[in-house]
Amino acid sequence: MSDATHTGSNSTEFIQHSYLALVRRRRTYGGLTLAIFVLLMVSGFMIADDRNAGGFWSGWHQVLDFPKDVFSEAWEKRAELPASLAKYFPSLIETINIAVASTLIGALFGLVLSLLSTRGLARWPRAIPLFRRLMDILRAIPEIVVALVLIFVLGGGPIPAMIAIALHTAGALGKMFSEVAENSDLKPVDGLRSTGATWAQSMMLGVLPQVAPNFLSYALLRFEINIRASAILGFVGAGGIGAELSRAMAWGPGRFDEAAAIFLLLFGTIVFFDQVSSRYRNKLTEG
Amino acid sequence: MTDTTATLEPAKTSALALFRRKQKVAFAVPAIILAYLVYIAVSFDVVGLAQRASLENASILASDTWSHKVHVTRDNRRGGTTVAIEGERKGTYEDGTSPDWVSIDGADEATIDFDDGSVVQFLPDNAATFDIPDFGTIEMQLVDGSIRTNLQEPIPDWINKSDKRITITTDAGRMSMTRSRTEVFRYFGGWELFWFTLDSPYYGHSFVKIVTGDRIDPTRSNISGALSDFWNNAMWRHKDVAWAMGETILMAFLGTFGAAMIALPLAFIAAKRFSPLTLVRASMRRVFDFVRGVDALIWTVVLARAFGPGPLTGALAILVTDTGTFGKTFSEALENVDQKQIDGVASTGAKPLLRYRFGVIPQVAPVLLAQVLYFLESNTRSATIIGAITGGGIGLMLTQAIQTQKDWEEVGYYIMLIIILVMFMDWFSGWLRGRLIGRSG
Repeated sequence: MSDATHTGSNSTEFIQHSYLALVRRRRTYGGLTLAIFVLLMVSGFMIADDRNAGGFWSGWHQVLDFPKDVFSEAWEKRAELPASLAKYFPSLIETINIAVASTLIGALFGLVLSLLSTRGLARWPRAIPLFRRLMDILRAIPEIVVALVLIFVLGGGPIPAMIAIALHTAGALGKMFSEVAENSDLKPVDGLRSTGATWAQSMMLGVLPQVAPNFLSYALLRFEINIRASAILGFVGAGGIGAELSRAMAWGPGRFDEAAAIFLLLFGTIVFFDQVSSRYRNKLTEG
Repeated sequence: MTDTTATLEPAKTSALALFRRKQKVAFAVPAIILAYLVYIAVSFDVVGLAQRASLENASILASDTWSHKVHVTRDNRRGGTTVAIEGERKGTYEDGTSPDWVSIDGADEATIDFDDGSVVQFLPDNAATFDIPDFGTIEMQLVDGSIRTNLQEPIPDWINKSDKRITITTDAGRMSMTRSRTEVFRYFGGWELFWFTLDSPYYGHSFVKIVTGDRIDPTRSNISGALSDFWNNAMWRHKDVAWAMGETILMAFLGTFGAAMIALPLAFIAAKRFSPLTLVRASMRRVFDFVRGVDALIWTVVLARAFGPGPLTGALAILVTDTGTFGKTFSEALENVDQKQIDGVASTGAKPLLRYRFGVIPQVAPVLLAQVLYFLESNTRSATIIGAITGGGIGLMLTQAIQTQKDWEEVGYYIMLIIILVMFMDWFSGWLRGRLIGRSG
């Protein structure tokens, strides 16, 4: 009896001991990871600071100078603001159109790609890895790469940006669509097949109705991202409001009121579409 | 019987109405999409694209990305013949040296052989001949500022001739003569001078010979000399490219993790569970919305004014934008934590800070970490674009290379590097996620 108690307390001691050792080791690892992370952040910041034209410490108190200039100039010329807003409205429409068209086209391609790369639904099951890799590549290529190359080949304007964003969207949405489609019920598809429906028909009538709400919700989320992308691509030469912003910035002081109008339009648009889309997405996912 | 019909009648009509509505929708949606695409085609001027699109540019792009050309140029005014890769000063062969398909004979005479057996000869007095098998010999000479040839009408369409210039393009290469110069281009596959430029002693030596052979440059050991010549290659700028890639990763890294670190405490303020004051909570949320709504483009422009071009500006632009995004998603995650765990920690007498640390953070850490790592990959892509705007990283090098409109092999190289970089970051963030929170997370 006493012997058993003895070994018992011994083993608890052992368990306690090894538990504490584990905790200690875990703490050391955690601390080490944290230290490496902090080291990376600090040294990374110092390198970035070093390679930047203006330093962080000399620049951070100037951060507000530019917005202040823009605001004061816009305030001085506030009478002209509506005119500026009206002047840049068409290019805003162009930016929005780029986003809508590229989301639409990208979503259509993404839909086809996703169905072709989903197990159980694919038209050619052996080609699934092929379509998956294709989507990976489409997603990996930054839009700016495609846009710049297409601007060289096709000339400036909205089309290069539209194609660039559409390609990326096809890859990104294709992956998300495929994840949704994987969970869809196959019974309707089997039913349709038994009636002799073609692949396209069974997808249209058997799968799409099941996954449509989720697909739409993802497409809307992508649309929010694409509005930003289309504005930013404009800045590097693809037309729309981004191009106008880059032009207004190149003018420098004296035309900051126009820059303010563009900021206002862009900000308003992004917030507006974010709100509309998130409200609609909530409705879609709730049922 | 009539009774049943009467009760079925409303159900039938409503079903038919539903069918009709569905039919309408089924036709209306594709019709609206089609109409919109037509509108887009008109407003984006797709028809005019045919005129703007330049097939010549496309073919230059397609051929130049994987091949290079060597220029053999004779100065028709001052005399002298040079051989230069891509016609660049950095790729010029030194006097007295030339590739084996060019033999330079004095200042003005040279013989250039092509693969298909055609031969160009530079002759004295600004004359030249182009001997093409199956066609004959084209003689040309520059006399008093105009070009005379032995060509008879009709001139084939691969020869472009006027009084001041003649251009002959064959499958093997291209020759042109103007008042100022006579020039021959010969095309080769591959990226020339990728490893070493012509002024490096290691140019033209095989890898095995450099590693195992005798010293090529007596002053340096082969490996360190070759590495330094490769690293400082003036044509492909490997050093600058490596730095630029580093800057792009740095922007994404600093921006993403900096944003996460700032957003985490702010998310507590914006979460209903941890922040009882509605006013504080709502204003924090508005701040997040504002920061997100302003968007990376505007932040980049604003911050570039204060910090100048460079990677720091790009990192800060990503940081500010993502603080908004993270703040929103983090606070949503914090709303959904399990109260039991917090109560358990509180029962031990823990202070609020400890309660958060041990009651909340372990619950949300996997979700937040997954989010942050996903953004790390997508921010690598953003960093290339932002770099092109602020002037830093591989994005800037790509835009510059495209703007010069001649270094297409470098454009191809950069594009390849960017894609590899993004795929690497995708893999890396996935790997890190697997290590930190397990495969399923």
